[in-house]
Amino acid sequence: MVSVEGIDRMISEHPFFSGMEPGYQAMIAGCASNQSFEAGQYLIREGDNADHFYLIRHGAVAIEVHTQGQTSVTLETLHEGDVLGWSWLVPPYHWLFDARAIQLTRVIAIDAACLREKAEADHSLGYELYSRIMPVMSERLSAARLRLLDLYGSPRKGQ
Amino acid sequence: MKTSQDPMTPNLFQVQRIRRELADTFTLELTAESNNEFPFLPGQFNMIYLFGSGEVPISISGDPAQPNRLIHTIRAVGSVTEGLKSCKSGDMLGIRGPFGSAWPVEQATGQDIVIITGGIGLAPLRPAIYHLLANRQRYGKIVILYGARTPADILFRKELERWRSRFDISVEVTVDQAVSNWSGRVGVVPKLINRADFAPEETTALICGPEIMMRFSVKALQERGVKEDHIYVSMERNMKCAIGFCGHCQLGSQFVCKDGPVFPYSQISSAFRIREL
Repeated sequence: MVSVEGIDRMISEHPFFSGMEPGYQAMIAGCASNQSFEAGQYLIREGDNADHFYLIRHGAVAIEVHTQGQTSVTLETLHEGDVLGWSWLVPPYHWLFDARAIQLTRVIAIDAACLREKAEADHSLGYELYSRIMPVMSERLSAARLRLLDLYGSPRKGQ
Repeated sequence: MKTSQDPMTPNLFQVQRIRRELADTFTLELTAESNNEFPFLPGQFNMIYLFGSGEVPISISGDPAQPNRLIHTIRAVGSVTEGLKSCKSGDMLGIRGPFGSAWPVEQATGQDIVIITGGIGLAPLRPAIYHLLANRQRYGKIVILYGARTPADILFRKELERWRSRFDISVEVTVDQAVSNWSGRVGVVPKLINRADFAPEETTALICGPEIMMRFSVKALQERGVKEDHIYVSMERNMKCAIGFCGHCQLGSQFVCKDGPVFPYSQISSAFRIREL
């Protein structure tokens, strides 16, 4: 289901774009649509073109990787207020993982080609976008590194 | 009332029940041979003596309002704890304690409370949670953030579900690894802190878990504006005598057994930054 009703307001209210200059928010709204996904429905499939990214308004999404013949592994879950996807910023613009709604999920979908074009034409907008996405990437990289430590795994032999 | 005046002399306790919690974790329910009650403060620990094997420091995980039953939740990680895992109803154990400092549940009256914990770190915090819930009206918002390795490693799962079903506290559980049939959160505990609903300037935070998790959680709390002297951590070191004589558990200028295990972060923040400790 796709709708464009109230998209400006939704963008201004989403934490990812909070505090952004209204002119930029309006430019982004021109590339945005309102979408919803039922539990189990995929927003993103590995290998597909990264032609959208998503701002989660309600619900939850699992980032998954699959191995042939085995149950998919969930790498991380994203929730209300999170942003989903950055492969749209990195050539050749293909998704690296799957993303599946684990409950009814409402998102603002942003047309990546449209926004890339606007950012190319207005580098200040591009800078604004990157300065919002980089902290998210940094936080997720840091979280992934923490999980590599297997914090709760078996400790060294104790008493 | 303590059953022995000499802190180095164990008192006899009988195993009433042993409950398997996880593959390597179990809970012992004990009663004093003397039938005396065993009052303790949330956060304190005992030295449990498995005769013929050795003694281990274990936090008390039961309800401080029920001093007639002594509850310990233990992860089997070595010879003594493996031996305790094999205990049966009726077996006798030696108990010294309770020792150490407590979670500041009285001092935190009127504050929002954020409990951040991971793995078996939930066990030393459970007495504090029981106290907070029994005195719910004395506190502001109560938030429990818990992390486990996988969904199968979630400790006290049924209790977490029960707490989560209450309308007057917020409970978030996250795991590090899961397959697609898990519909809960996957990610690290510190990430939950950013979005948790509490007033940072009026919050007391209680943290117990692996030290790296505690370090990153403290950082996330500070970024939210929680005051350093309102953040409490429970430290784990190699406690032996439990009364500050032997020095095995020394952490900088502190003895974890006597000055801790619960410390205000402001008191040990420098030790957190010394890699050799």
